[in-house]
Amino acid sequence: MVDPIKVYPAKPAKVYFYGTCLVDMFYPDAGIAGVELLEREGIEVLFPQNQTCCGQPAYTSGYHDEARSVARAQLDLFPGDWPIVVPSGSCGGMMRKHYPDLFRDTPEAAKASDVAGRVWELTDFLLNVCHIKLEDLGEPTTVAMHTSCSARREMGVAEVGPKLLGQLKNVNLVEQVRPEECCGFGGTFAVRHPEISGAMVSEKVDALVDTGTRQFVTTDCGCLMNIAGYAEKNQKPVEGQHILSFLWARTRNKGGQPS
Amino acid sequence: MSETAGHTDHHIDVKQFHPRAQAAIHNPKIRKNFRSAMDGLMSKRKAAFEGWDLETLRELGANVRLRALANLPDLLEQLEKKLTENGIKVHWAVDGDEACRIVRDICKARDARTVIKGKSMVSEEMELNHYLQEQGIEALESDLGEYIVQLAGETPSHIIMPAIHKNTGEISELMHEKTGTDLSHDVEYLTASARQQLREKFMSADVGVSGVNFAVAETGTLCLVENEGNGRMTTTVPPCHIAVTGIEKVVPTMEDVSALLALLTRSATGQHITTYFNMISGPRKADELDGPEEVHLVLVDNGRSSIYQDDELLDTLRCIRCGACMNHCPVYTRVGGHAYGTTYPGPIGKILMPHLIGLDEGRHLPSASSLCGACGEVCPVKIPIPDLLVRLRQESVDGDKLHPARVNGHGAKRSPMEAMVWKGWAWMHASPGLYRFGTGAATKLRALQPSSAGAWTNYRTAPKLAAKTLHQRMKERSQ
Repeated sequence: MVDPIKVYPAKPAKVYFYGTCLVDMFYPDAGIAGVELLEREGIEVLFPQNQTCCGQPAYTSGYHDEARSVARAQLDLFPGDWPIVVPSGSCGGMMRKHYPDLFRDTPEAAKASDVAGRVWELTDFLLNVCHIKLEDLGEPTTVAMHTSCSARREMGVAEVGPKLLGQLKNVNLVEQVRPEECCGFGGTFAVRHPEISGAMVSEKVDALVDTGTRQFVTTDCGCLMNIAGYAEKNQKPVEGQHILSFLWARTRNKGGQPS
Repeated sequence: MSETAGHTDHHIDVKQFHPRAQAAIHNPKIRKNFRSAMDGLMSKRKAAFEGWDLETLRELGANVRLRALANLPDLLEQLEKKLTENGIKVHWAVDGDEACRIVRDICKARDARTVIKGKSMVSEEMELNHYLQEQGIEALESDLGEYIVQLAGETPSHIIMPAIHKNTGEISELMHEKTGTDLSHDVEYLTASARQQLREKFMSADVGVSGVNFAVAETGTLCLVENEGNGRMTTTVPPCHIAVTGIEKVVPTMEDVSALLALLTRSATGQHITTYFNMISGPRKADELDGPEEVHLVLVDNGRSSIYQDDELLDTLRCIRCGACMNHCPVYTRVGGHAYGTTYPGPIGKILMPHLIGLDEGRHLPSASSLCGACGEVCPVKIPIPDLLVRLRQESVDGDKLHPARVNGHGAKRSPMEAMVWKGWAWMHASPGLYRFGTGAATKLRALQPSSAGAWTNYRTAPKLAAKTLHQRMKERSQ
């Protein structure tokens, strides 16, 4: 019943990179940015080509048999004893917190628990395992941060994003009202209850716009496509990107490899 | 166990959640009333816990409740024994209907015509007022919020603040229309008018009906937490007091109450303690000057013992009814309490009501959440509400062959079409080669991506497919 205490591993030589399906199809730049940041920290990134989706959409919709069959296909992707990093609190939460439940009483229970125990949200990993030091090479700017609910409450990384942004000397982080309130994405919730979700995202966008900034960053691509998609459709003056894209763009050396 | 509780003749159709929620979303008054009230309650709670080790206290609260539930059958027997020794008559009701009949029979035996009521959500669950009215017995609510709701012919929209959906202006108009008070926004004047009317009823009522916050097994004490003094009046002025409560409200010792009380008042209204804390330990004794001649306790099951059968769902019964989950819920804040159409709205309602009314009737409740987890984060007894919502979603579509559904009405939401979509989805995502082919093809054909995607694009633009997938780019990188 007590939430397990996070014990960060020593900085490893290699990690498995679990990209997530949203990053894969819609935001691969965010994934590449994460890979670049890890490699700059001297970590070799292993990308299992057989990865697909963590199974969360089916899981939260109640289709646990289907979620289990998809999740089962992910369990064999990480044979070495390396950490598994995920550029999403939501997919990370699914793997870390819910895989053990999903595979309870199955032959894969032990394997699922092993995988779950090695899963880290990527910004948390960069800050608290790699102890990354970011050198800001960008122009002065302001930005707001939206931490996803699962990053905040399942992965416990609410303080990580602001700390990373705080390392960037030319970046002024502004806080919107009710920063901890859900943006209304919630996976299939957004299409099952469109009016409620719409009301939530509309207030989130207003809160961001009211800070006066023109840009926000977030830990999760679900929130990103919800918040930025609403702003775009309704011509609100705020744009978003994954926090990894932002961090990489601000700190990449001009002589570095093109991403 | 009866399948559903209450008197179905005037039931709100819980299944009509969507239209009610939609109407609320487009009602600026509802939106404003709830947003400002919930903002206030959230900041009061936060301030009240300042300087406390909240996580340790929540852990303690959870353990107190878990320990009580682990021994529930024994504790209930002990409670009955102690209450009986104290002169309190104990009644058991399998459902709301039976509980109503018990109250009626007590009233009839005393030839009672009028009942004054303290706040009790279990009596709402029983639809007691409606039932008594049918039996020719007048029941008047004495909690100010409940009084307003009763005047309006409505149901509570919040379990702690029943009339939170109304602002002062609306209350003023209502009281003017129903009781002839002057139209005034002076809250003190309105409160004084209500008090004047209630005072007379307290003096003349034949029976007082109240709820119970904690029933202490060790001592046979009924604890009642309130702010207006109406609970004290209800339980001491009329010659007969009937308390109604759910069977899960029992705790082993008075010491257990102190932890739960500290959590309850701070979580509910941000108060360090309420104005009144009543400990009822029996009818008036020979040497006492006041108090009722008769005290009864009606212990209501109404689906609770079936929740008790399941190790995971059991956590639902930890609830101490503070309402913090509602106050922090982004969905409740947008749609308000009435949209749910259930006795208990908000997150706790979504996990409790399916057991009371069946998962067929309550099929839309578990899905009406973004699973943001704010409710679980603030729950003073650490009920894993999001996990229970997912469990009930699984139950509502019969989605797990390994852990077959068991809640009454399970499977009602399963549609062959949706099940097929998820099967197809699972097939593709469990086949890496197929997945890479499919996603790769989609990005190649991205020029053909439709700009409209159902409900999603009513509010947002569609996400844009990338030129190349991350899989493709990582493969190129490694070459």
